[in-house]
Amino acid sequence: MIYLQFVAVGVGGAVGAVIRWWISTHMNRAGKFPTGTFLVNSAGSLLIGFIVGMQVSMLVTLFLVSGVAGGLTTFSTLNKELLSLWKDKKRLFFIYVFSTYGLGILLASIGYSTGRTF
Amino acid sequence: MRIGILVGVAGAFGAICRYGLGRLVIPLSMDFPMGTFAANMIGSFLMTFFAAGAIQRLTRNISLQTAITTGFIGSFTTFSALSMETVTLIQEGKWQVAFLYVVSSFAGGMGMAAFGQRRGLKS
Repeated sequence: MIYLQFVAVGVGGAVGAVIRWWISTHMNRAGKFPTGTFLVNSAGSLLIGFIVGMQVSMLVTLFLVSGVAGGLTTFSTLNKELLSLWKDKKRLFFIYVFSTYGLGILLASIGYSTGRTF
Repeated sequence: MRIGILVGVAGAFGAICRYGLGRLVIPLSMDFPMGTFAANMIGSFLMTFFAAGAIQRLTRNISLQTAITTGFIGSFTTFSALSMETVTLIQEGKWQVAFLYVVSSFAGGMGMAAFGQRRGLKS
């Protein structure tokens, strides 16, 4: 049933990508802290931890983890934003790096512990 | 409305490509999450490569450009898996691999983004 696995990932990825696109077009402002990207990356890290911790079936995991959380979060846009902050906003660059990686790992861990209790 | 649908379709393909790449790559590595890492490096290059101007050669349609960059490449790369894989490595006591994974993702992602931008400006 490998076909179903790809469908689960694809549908989840579409949902995640549309939410990310909507949030970043409304919240990201050029030259400022990229609030939209920061928000989706943090929320997605919490979600992935929670789902992995809950240990649900493989198809649901593929849909919510590889699909929704994977599509909701982004690494390419993060680096594009970091690169542009590095050029003239060094202070924001460091705030953005440490808050994204620090909070992302922390939230995945909190999500996992919370998911385990369900 | 139309652009939202395009971003969704492109996002689906991005996630499927990431998952497919992960299935191909992961069995080759032991502890290091090579699948996510590979998708994130390729995507970081492509994102700035296209954003720097190369996207104009693919299409001049702004909606399609957003679908390819924000939708496809944005969804192909992932930050949540990076966070989760790091947590799992730490839980398994593999601190060195976790540290190497985060540092190489950060440095590699920045390097690939800088490289992509330079190539994109020349194209």
